[in-house]
Amino acid sequence: MSGKIKVLNEKCTGCTLCVRACNFGAMSMVERSEHPKKQKLAVIDLDKCTLCGACEDACKFNAIEMYKEEPIVLDIDKTHYKNVWVYAEQRHGEVSSVVYELLSEARKLADKRQHKVAAVLLGDKIEAKAEELIHRGADIVYVFDNPILAEFQDDPYSEILSYLIRDEKPEIVLMGATNIGRSFASRVAAKINTGLTADCTGLDIDPETGNLMQTRPAFGGNIMATILTERHRPQMSTVRHKVFKPLAKDETRKGEVIKKNYDIKHIKNRTKYLKFVKDVSAKINLAEADIICSGGRGVGGPDGFKLIEQLAETIGGAVGASRAAVDSGWIPYSHQVGQTGRTVAPKLYIACGISGAIQHLVGMGSSDVIVAINTNPDAPMMKTATFAIEGDLFEVLPILIREIKALRGEPVEVK
Amino acid sequence: MNILVFVKQVPGTTDVQIDPETNTLKREGVESILNPFDEYAVEEAVRLKERFPDVKTYVMTMGPPQAEVMLRECLARGIDNAVLVSDRAFAGADTLATSNTLAAAAGKIEDFSLIICGKQATDGDTAQVGPGIAEKLDIPHVAYVKKIEDMNRNIIVLERMMEDGYDVIESPLPALITVVKEINMPRLPSLRGTLAAKKAQITKWTQADLGIDSSLIGLKGSPTWVKKIFTPPQRKGGEKLSPKPEEAGAELARKLKDLKVI
Repeated sequence: MSGKIKVLNEKCTGCTLCVRACNFGAMSMVERSEHPKKQKLAVIDLDKCTLCGACEDACKFNAIEMYKEEPIVLDIDKTHYKNVWVYAEQRHGEVSSVVYELLSEARKLADKRQHKVAAVLLGDKIEAKAEELIHRGADIVYVFDNPILAEFQDDPYSEILSYLIRDEKPEIVLMGATNIGRSFASRVAAKINTGLTADCTGLDIDPETGNLMQTRPAFGGNIMATILTERHRPQMSTVRHKVFKPLAKDETRKGEVIKKNYDIKHIKNRTKYLKFVKDVSAKINLAEADIICSGGRGVGGPDGFKLIEQLAETIGGAVGASRAAVDSGWIPYSHQVGQTGRTVAPKLYIACGISGAIQHLVGMGSSDVIVAINTNPDAPMMKTATFAIEGDLFEVLPILIREIKALRGEPVEVK
Repeated sequence: MNILVFVKQVPGTTDVQIDPETNTLKREGVESILNPFDEYAVEEAVRLKERFPDVKTYVMTMGPPQAEVMLRECLARGIDNAVLVSDRAFAGADTLATSNTLAAAAGKIEDFSLIICGKQATDGDTAQVGPGIAEKLDIPHVAYVKKIEDMNRNIIVLERMMEDGYDVIESPLPALITVVKEINMPRLPSLRGTLAAKKAQITKWTQADLGIDSSLIGLKGSPTWVKKIFTPPQRKGGEKLSPKPEEAGAELARKLKDLKVI
């Protein structure tokens, strides 16, 4: 057993109550010559101390501070676990859109199990966001509101979520496969020794056993695997943006907001958050975008990306890029789609001058509609695309932009 | 000061097939490579070694005996020592059991300050093992690191890539980081390094060397298991639009509007 115990020097009066209370001979008194009243000071022999707490109870001056650090051990009697949880990820005080998508899926799973859906909201001055989580499908919202959660850091977030799981025993925990979710879900699962399945694209309940069937792609989407966490609880999964559709907001839905509190003195918080630097090159977050306009080698240079940006702006999309374009320094890495960049699944992906190396295809292949514009009709992207245009993107894109504006009845600039 | 790098050997292509008769992965004919993200981890460790003369670097992997080839590549890239954690008892490990095993291996290296992992491996794509090891070692971790801004014996200052920009985080050492591609430009192994790596001694550790309980490793230590694998339905071939830009642009705009994607 590990833990911490200490004597608060300024509070100790040297009364010796603790020495008498200790059954292990771990407490003793030492002289304190620097003390104005020459009071003695209690000291603890940590080799003898068992953290029994008798001294802490005996001290009338609150001069002994102790806590036991017990390993978080979950019982694995599966019947003790119920409800489907969604981790309500927020960043800079805004709840991520993936949370609403997860709530909708959690609703289906919970209904099959006749369980409730609970959202877990961690942050600083965040309680006001609980209501919308209820409107979007949650029956319960657990809120832990504390300044140490102002910005995401793995230590406090993973500890608090682990404590909540230990105390409330959910059967299923769903988290967004975002940078935040993927960073600390694994830490939580390791802390409580349960299974975690990354990037699920399908979730269902096995009608016979009640287990969660988690389906995910592996090897770049070439195979799919259905994974079970049969003997452990909770069953934890991460899910990317855009895999599930959110429920419409229902302002008449009622739910319960439960405030949780743990003594933050005992919450690990080893890292220090210094600052956030916003990416000004991206107007729309690639992972959350419904439309992505991407450029590759065929774009020819940084100037060529201006045309891609213009298209993206016209149709409200984000700008993506292939590895070739990023490695050439035409656009920052944060825009890279593919195996060494981001995996995306927008409703519409327009690939301009991207040949479609397998590493790129695995990062965008599950987009609903794919458009390829390329001078090479044999490029793999042209074979994958829903619509393929053999041609020069610098000729096709201006016309496409003009036609889209015309369809909307917007004025079209004549150049 | 010791720096550890955890690496994984992965198939050189993600174009794997399932054998329909045995329902297992067809691995023959697919070459194995150092996980692409791990190249950045290795390079970053070598750079830190160049910056701090007393740094010793270790590369470690859990895998079959043939993973030794990949460890030699890491040595050729400038890493000082290589450890192969290999035992049939580790087979079938999921990310938790792998984290348990590698944390036990890390624990055998005295006085390490930093562990560097690639963001994820390209075969499983989970990104779970790095944070899992950190938890099992009870040290802090920072994922998606794109830059080490500063480092001394006690602390490290990192830029963590996020969807909307980056965070700057300070962590005490020892710590674990997972790195993204942006962190550096890996150098190729030098000829001299390659020759030296061929002769280098590779340390091999089994379950007995790690002294780890069987309940924590391999299939037994894995809460998740694969119930079935299958090939996803293939994407249907697409439609070719007119090669004339005028017609193609108009046709595409109309089709996208009809599909309600714009």
